[in-house]
Amino acid sequence: MIQISNLSKSFTLHNQGGAVIPVMAGAALTVAPGECVGLVGQSGAGKSTLMRMVQGNYRTEGGQILVAGLDVARAAPRDIIRLRRQVMGHVSQFLRVVPRVPTLQVVAEPLLRLSVPRDEAEARAARLLAQLNIPERLWSLSPTTFSGGEQQRVNIARGFVHDYPVLLLDEPTASLDARNREVVLDLIMQAKARGAALLGIFHDEGARARVCDRLVDVTAFTPGLAA
Amino acid sequence: MDGTQNALLVPSTTDTPLLQVTGLTRLYGARIGCADVSFDLWPGEVLGIVGESGSGKSTLLSCLAGHQRPDAGQILFDGTDVLALSEADRRRLLRGDWAYVHQNPRDGLRMGVSAGGNVGERLMGVGGRHYGRIRDTATDWLGRVEIAAERIDDRPSAFSGGMQQRLQIARNLVTGPRLVFMDEPTGGLDVSVQARLLDLLRGLVREMGLSVIIVTHDLAVVRLLADRLMVMKSGHVVEAGLTDQVLDDPQHAYTQLLVSSVLQV
Amino acid sequence: MSDDAYNFAYLDEQTKRMIRRALLKALAIPGYQVPFASREMPMPYGWGTGGVQVTAACLTPDDVLKVIDQGADDTTNAVSIRRFFQRTAGVATTESTAEATVIQTRHRIPETPLTEGQILVYQVPIPEPLRFLEPRETETRKMHELEEYGLMHVKLYEDIARHGEIATAYAYPVKVEGRYVMDPSPIPKFDNPKLSDNPAIQLFGAGRESRIYALPPYTQVVSLDFEDHPFRASKADHACDLCGAAESYLDEVITDDAGSRMFVCSDTDFCTGRQAAGHRGRLSPLSKEIA
Repeated sequence: MIQISNLSKSFTLHNQGGAVIPVMAGAALTVAPGECVGLVGQSGAGKSTLMRMVQGNYRTEGGQILVAGLDVARAAPRDIIRLRRQVMGHVSQFLRVVPRVPTLQVVAEPLLRLSVPRDEAEARAARLLAQLNIPERLWSLSPTTFSGGEQQRVNIARGFVHDYPVLLLDEPTASLDARNREVVLDLIMQAKARGAALLGIFHDEGARARVCDRLVDVTAFTPGLAA
Repeated sequence: MDGTQNALLVPSTTDTPLLQVTGLTRLYGARIGCADVSFDLWPGEVLGIVGESGSGKSTLLSCLAGHQRPDAGQILFDGTDVLALSEADRRRLLRGDWAYVHQNPRDGLRMGVSAGGNVGERLMGVGGRHYGRIRDTATDWLGRVEIAAERIDDRPSAFSGGMQQRLQIARNLVTGPRLVFMDEPTGGLDVSVQARLLDLLRGLVREMGLSVIIVTHDLAVVRLLADRLMVMKSGHVVEAGLTDQVLDDPQHAYTQLLVSSVLQV
Repeated sequence: MSDDAYNFAYLDEQTKRMIRRALLKALAIPGYQVPFASREMPMPYGWGTGGVQVTAACLTPDDVLKVIDQGADDTTNAVSIRRFFQRTAGVATTESTAEATVIQTRHRIPETPLTEGQILVYQVPIPEPLRFLEPRETETRKMHELEEYGLMHVKLYEDIARHGEIATAYAYPVKVEGRYVMDPSPIPKFDNPKLSDNPAIQLFGAGRESRIYALPPYTQVVSLDFEDHPFRASKADHACDLCGAAESYLDEVITDDAGSRMFVCSDTDFCTGRQAAGHRGRLSPLSKEIA
């Protein structure tokens, strides 16, 4: 489902004397349907960079990132948008939403974009929010006012509201209490069971051990560290 | 690429762009307004154009919307060469399939005409001759832009800036256009009012399947609204791509400067 | 100075020719506003300088001229203009609608139906019907060119929204032969139906604004309206207190400090004609005597 080969990337800082910083070279990995692969490596090794490249958030210099048959490294913007809407879900650590939009709408939005009827979309959003222990009285409020843990769970609900065939998980259990951590791990296991391909960064070693089938150490792809 | 994987990604049903722009150039004497701008816009897509004052983004928008005639280049709307249209056809386009939201609502509204009349004008412009139906449609649209129905007979001069801007949007969208041009639609509004407007615009874009070209200098606005982004400097497009890609991994020196200049909150 | 010192009908021949060319063009494109080189006339703007120039360009020595102001032959404006042409053209004048060949009017169409061969000349203060909502002349010309008349209905919409009905009572906009929207000058909307299919030639002159427009005989003229708020030619719901006419346009006259009032025909020729034929109204001197 995800096939990455010979990936390379560097940053050029035009406003700092044009410094060129190579951050990735020769990266390769695959994730099969129903499989969860965890990225590991020391801080700064490029886990987030790789995730962002798969998501299409960072540009790729060389190599290939096939997601559901689309080469994200070369695809036109609108194809990547289509991929993100239909195929590739994403749970990030940061919540980026229009202030004042109610939480229920924030979570339902990915479904509305897929033309799911509003009733059905909101019902699924409500089910996930309840599962993730967001009190119902908060659903009509904007998540921008929530605590970090609550925002994290809204993000997770948004990521799992549609049965994406591919899911990118960036620290999904960070800043969660034990009870909600269990819920999230359950959601991940369910996604695997239905055949989704998952690629994630988990600092939570217990969680990593429970959900990941394989680990890939990105240090091997980091120029200067690999040697 | 195997068959099952490929089937996951549903091919787009609209494989022709709504708007195709090639080599658009507008000069002011020796000075460049905008030069050699090319892009495609697909149905349902929101394209942001950012750049500082004088970067040519407003010139580009006014050439696209037919307010100025470019010196060179081609604009195809749904396959039709817009620049070759007669003035009558071009103005019909502006009343029907296209809409233009001005930065200052005073430029886009008739301040001496009631809110209902402002919204109804485009309906009457395309032949609406039933008062009751025009009024019902206007009432419905005021509701959609969150203006209370009982304000329908008030003039826009009695409205707050945010309400005026929402009224302008209702006035523009009432005939169900396919392409909307927006020039700094949130400029001059309080931050809280901006958020409300952005939310409203996002909802309308999704529900109506609108294609939008939005010019702004506010990167937060394009991050929330635009699918794709073009960055302009000195009349040229220096970078274009997915909005979050351009903002999070800017390639051009100018874009890097622009992004790093924004205060984080 | 002797009256012989004036050219026939005051204006010089070249000027009249210029106005006639404009008139012919206006007749060829019914409802279209034709610019013309309006002259200074020996009367102030607003007193009918446009109408007077059109009348001057139309008059021949054999014509019989009638001038009315709000329907009346005996008001200052009507009397002055009539005298002006008596002096400068030496034409015969009349108060009778039926006898006149040229009728200059301010704000009314005579009640007596016009006939073929007659010319009705309107005095027009503001020829542009779109101006109230779109002040830019360049833009309104473009709107006429491209038949973008939605704005005209915005004005009627505003009327209904504010007053519950189309409150425009005079200068009510019309569409001519399905093409140009035209201001019929400030005639009461009661007169609008008479614009259409009229056997007479109708000419409109706006002196200050240098515009002429026209309706050739039997032109179709439709008053703008909404399907659910159709045009109605309204008048005061009374009969004339002098001649008893129930179907004529009436002026309301306050008769004392206590607020007593009477309604009389605005068309004085029509009213006196009826009275001469023996018709009587509520307050006619004769009907009082009888009582």
